[in-house]
Amino acid sequence: MTAHMYAFKPGPLAASSAVTVTLLAPVGRLSLRAREADLPALSKAIGVDLPRRIGGRASAGTTEVLCLGPDEWQVLVAEAEAPRLIKQSASVYEKAPHSLTEISDREITVRIEGSKAAELLTLGCPRDIDPLPEGEGRRTLMDGATVVLWRDGAQDFRLDMWHSFAPHVIALLKTGCAELAAE
Amino acid sequence: MLLIHCPYCEEILPELEFTYAGEAHIARPADPSAMSDGEWRDYLFIRSNVRGPHYERWRHAHGCGRFFNAVRDTVTDRFLTTYKAGEPRPDLSSIKETAE
Repeated sequence: MTAHMYAFKPGPLAASSAVTVTLLAPVGRLSLRAREADLPALSKAIGVDLPRRIGGRASAGTTEVLCLGPDEWQVLVAEAEAPRLIKQSASVYEKAPHSLTEISDREITVRIEGSKAAELLTLGCPRDIDPLPEGEGRRTLMDGATVVLWRDGAQDFRLDMWHSFAPHVIALLKTGCAELAAE
Repeated sequence: MLLIHCPYCEEILPELEFTYAGEAHIARPADPSAMSDGEWRDYLFIRSNVRGPHYERWRHAHGCGRFFNAVRDTVTDRFLTTYKAGEPRPDLSSIKETAE
């Protein structure tokens, strides 16, 4: 089944007494790959000190950065700011070679919050959610689809997923949302 | 489910996040055209298929995305150690001691 981006309307997807699932508005998304030696120059260009530890996050203004791997970062930024950010990092390309790819149209984000938000994630995520510290993020799995999980609070998560997998993952979240309320 | 330590993430994570990638420490010959057909076949297809500690590659596909090496006992399915790609083959007797 094809799931076009325009088929996703930001707003509430499911809500129960246990947990609410909301589709968030579109945001600028960039994938950054770079070598360690070039990080200081890139941090300066992007305006955020790039975290070195996998799962670490940093933010400044509307820019939010999550370290996904030893040489990979996910950058979220307000849609209007994205072209400026791309231009700034292009200006340091000569002395700090890197790859900055815009992936805004690849993914959508849902927010999962409520008293049983962490429990809802356990329906599809093989990882133990509890040890994941607040204010960090990880790339992991949600029922077979690769997702990026951001933990904003003890029971407050964001889930970035490829939009082609979204109908499947969202259907699972909706079912779980109703199920947890019925307990 | 196996629990695997990723040497890059420095976390112990469920097997579902990982993919198996065959035997480790098999270097591509520098000059393939100088090899006989038999030698090339051995490089491509012939693996040690050990019973016991096996050096193998894994990839943290749904995580940091990195390939790394592991020593797994093929009899007990137990991971003796994992280490970053490019690091030398760890000494078997010392890792057996620390694993026990």
